[in-house]
Amino acid sequence: MTGELVQQYQQHIQDAYVAETPLCIQGGGSKAFYGRKIKGEILDVSANAGVISYEPTELVITVRAGTTISEINEVLAKEKQMLAFEPPCFATNATAGGMVACGLSGPRRPYVGAVRDFVLGLKCLNGKAEILNFGGQVMKNVAGYDVSRLMTGAMGTLGVLLEVSLKVLPEPEYELTLKGESDLATAIQLMNKWAGQSVPVSATSFHDGNIYIRLSGHKSAVLAAASQFPLSEYPDGENYWQSLREHKDNYFADDFSSDSRNLWRLSVPSTTEEINLQGQWLIEWGGAQRWLITSEPLEQIRNVAGKAGGHATLFRGGDRDGEIFQPLSTGIEHLHVALKNAFDPKRILNRGRLYKKF
Amino acid sequence: MSLFVDKLKTQIAKELIISDEELLRAYECDALSAYRQLPLCVVLPENVEQVQAIMQLCYQENVPVVARGAGTGLSGGAMPVADGLLLSLARFNEIIEVDPHQRTARVQPGVRNICVSEAAEKYDLFYAPDPSSQIACTIGGNVAENSGGVHCLKYGLTVHNIMAVKLITVTGELVEIGAESLDSAGYDLLALITGSEGMLGVIVEVTLKLLSKPLCNKVLLAAFDEVEAAGDSVAGIIASGIIPAGLEMMDNACIRAVEDYLHAGYPVDAAAILICEIDGAAEEVDSECRKVEAILKAAGASEVRVARDKAEGEIFWAGRKSAFPAVGRIASDYYCMDGTIPRKHIGSVLNMINDLAEQYHLGVVNVFHAGDGNLHPLILYDVSIEGEQERAEELGGKILEICVEVGGTITGEHGVGVEKINQMCVQFNTEELLQFHAIKSAFDPKGLLNPGKAIPTLHRCAEFGAMHVHQGKLPHADLERF
Repeated sequence: MTGELVQQYQQHIQDAYVAETPLCIQGGGSKAFYGRKIKGEILDVSANAGVISYEPTELVITVRAGTTISEINEVLAKEKQMLAFEPPCFATNATAGGMVACGLSGPRRPYVGAVRDFVLGLKCLNGKAEILNFGGQVMKNVAGYDVSRLMTGAMGTLGVLLEVSLKVLPEPEYELTLKGESDLATAIQLMNKWAGQSVPVSATSFHDGNIYIRLSGHKSAVLAAASQFPLSEYPDGENYWQSLREHKDNYFADDFSSDSRNLWRLSVPSTTEEINLQGQWLIEWGGAQRWLITSEPLEQIRNVAGKAGGHATLFRGGDRDGEIFQPLSTGIEHLHVALKNAFDPKRILNRGRLYKKF
Repeated sequence: MSLFVDKLKTQIAKELIISDEELLRAYECDALSAYRQLPLCVVLPENVEQVQAIMQLCYQENVPVVARGAGTGLSGGAMPVADGLLLSLARFNEIIEVDPHQRTARVQPGVRNICVSEAAEKYDLFYAPDPSSQIACTIGGNVAENSGGVHCLKYGLTVHNIMAVKLITVTGELVEIGAESLDSAGYDLLALITGSEGMLGVIVEVTLKLLSKPLCNKVLLAAFDEVEAAGDSVAGIIASGIIPAGLEMMDNACIRAVEDYLHAGYPVDAAAILICEIDGAAEEVDSECRKVEAILKAAGASEVRVARDKAEGEIFWAGRKSAFPAVGRIASDYYCMDGTIPRKHIGSVLNMINDLAEQYHLGVVNVFHAGDGNLHPLILYDVSIEGEQERAEELGGKILEICVEVGGTITGEHGVGVEKINQMCVQFNTEELLQFHAIKSAFDPKGLLNPGKAIPTLHRCAEFGAMHVHQGKLPHADLERF
């Protein structure tokens, strides 16, 4: 049955290739808000679902792209394993394909790696409707270019994902969240200091005048590390990190559709000092991911993020027909366009979802 | 073509150019010395502007360029091209900055791997990828090959430990890929460049991620009477939820070679030994060490030694780290393979390799990164005996094909280079190879960067005749056969 589905997708892309019809790839639709708004025929790939193989001793799971993240989490939890990058779902129907295509990671990202660090291989259809396999199911693999990671975060502009193989990790034996009062500048200092020490930090955040830290690992090691921090235990840690990851925290309560305030994601070097932009800040990832709710003008935000050595994404709200992601330098943009042409010469796959030009 | 060298001399100081045949000999191969080729000339630029000028001229004159670091690669990736320029980055050997607060190091590509950890040590930080050649190999080469090492089971490969590169494109343009933030806008070009074997651009600067040094570590050594039992215990350790910092295996032939060479006190009658390193906080290490010891014994280990102190741990490791030179003493030549397989097949694949070795009348010694299933069979041969080298290469090819058959890959960390280019035809089909060529053209439309490496042409695959009959379909059916 899944073979037939793949044939259908292949046929759809072949027809679109001939007619040069833009296609809009859709999984669960949980991240439909993310990226630029595009027009095109819907290619619904959510039915291509199911776990293909999972062997806990290999630390690898291979799934069809339409498999929901929640199903993967359930399967892994039974073996006390996890997707260590803690992907945000934003809705219960979020799929593995969307997770890889959007390339978003959760609170554990700075301490264990991003979704791209855990993608071992994938099967996809390119813009010429060819079925291609890259990477594999083993940790070390340097045969050919690393197309699997290139496709991670490409927003479906290089190919339609059919299957992905992901590295998984054991769940930590014990977790503990600590909380304490702080100001923003001190919080950034502390987060960077902790990251440079051998303590089992697995998440950090700052907002509303409080700093939060999660420790994960062997129970005795976590407790020993916890006693070193001048913070107190926060009993509702699990819910806290989940609500942060899923944007269910009160900070994210606005839907950003009506007024001029938008939700921005600034990705900057973790040691970047307090950024001079007005609005409400929420800091994660040891200082490297900074959320900002603001009505400051787009150019100014991009400018400040760029000067800090990072980039800014208009995550929610604002003009979804405009540029959502930080503009690329001329040389880098040239390479992007050339790569798009290499995978999708007629530019039919999610054209314009990442950048207007391709 | 010497006309080109004359033109080059108008752009670059003569002292930086080598075109005398005697001096060129030093550059004719990398660590895979079976493959040799003299380049047209070697250039040793000292700054980015010179690299740009060289690339511009080569692009204009259609002269191929092969970049080279320390030349420690094991797949012929830095072998020169006839009529091509060899670009040595040896003089780009400066650590520009170590930022302890940000935990990054900005280095030039010619910096040797080990120097980074040495420079970071005073901040209690280290650079995780540690290929066995780390005292000699350079960061630029590590990025080009996506190098691993004994600790990548826990800490990842080069791709997981770099943040940004500065790259000179084939036209001489400088582009910055990645950033000191944890991600950057657009496609993940950093991942694409890592492991691209010098086919997409020339790296002139790398920003590395540094990690805090673990508080303590412990090393165990276990001996087994059966290779399969050793393989099973590897799966057992991972299944128990422990990710060791390193998990290495050696077979009997290797144990004996090492013991003769180093006298590390290895159990010479064991069919296989495992070396396992656990690191982290003291409480964690003690508890995991006890768990691992129990797993090893339950899997049938005839002996488990836990290093009493750092010095003894280092002795356990010393044997593993000197395995290659030790093998070098028992055979006049050896050929080092680099396939990766799912861990569960370790025992069966080792047996298949031994059967094949018998068929080919050649010895094979196995020493490898068991934790991530990365095999390094060393095929012993004597180049002075007619036909042995060819037999060794053929056996090597067969071993890699077994790796692909069981769901693995032809190269875990050494790269394809010229060595494994035929086996690429086994691992990838026509469309996939064409997609690789399209990526290459996006960066290098004239095909001037390290031509003939890493990705085979379809004609080459047809000539190699790698009949990768996948689901009954003949590969490259569209190509004429001769």
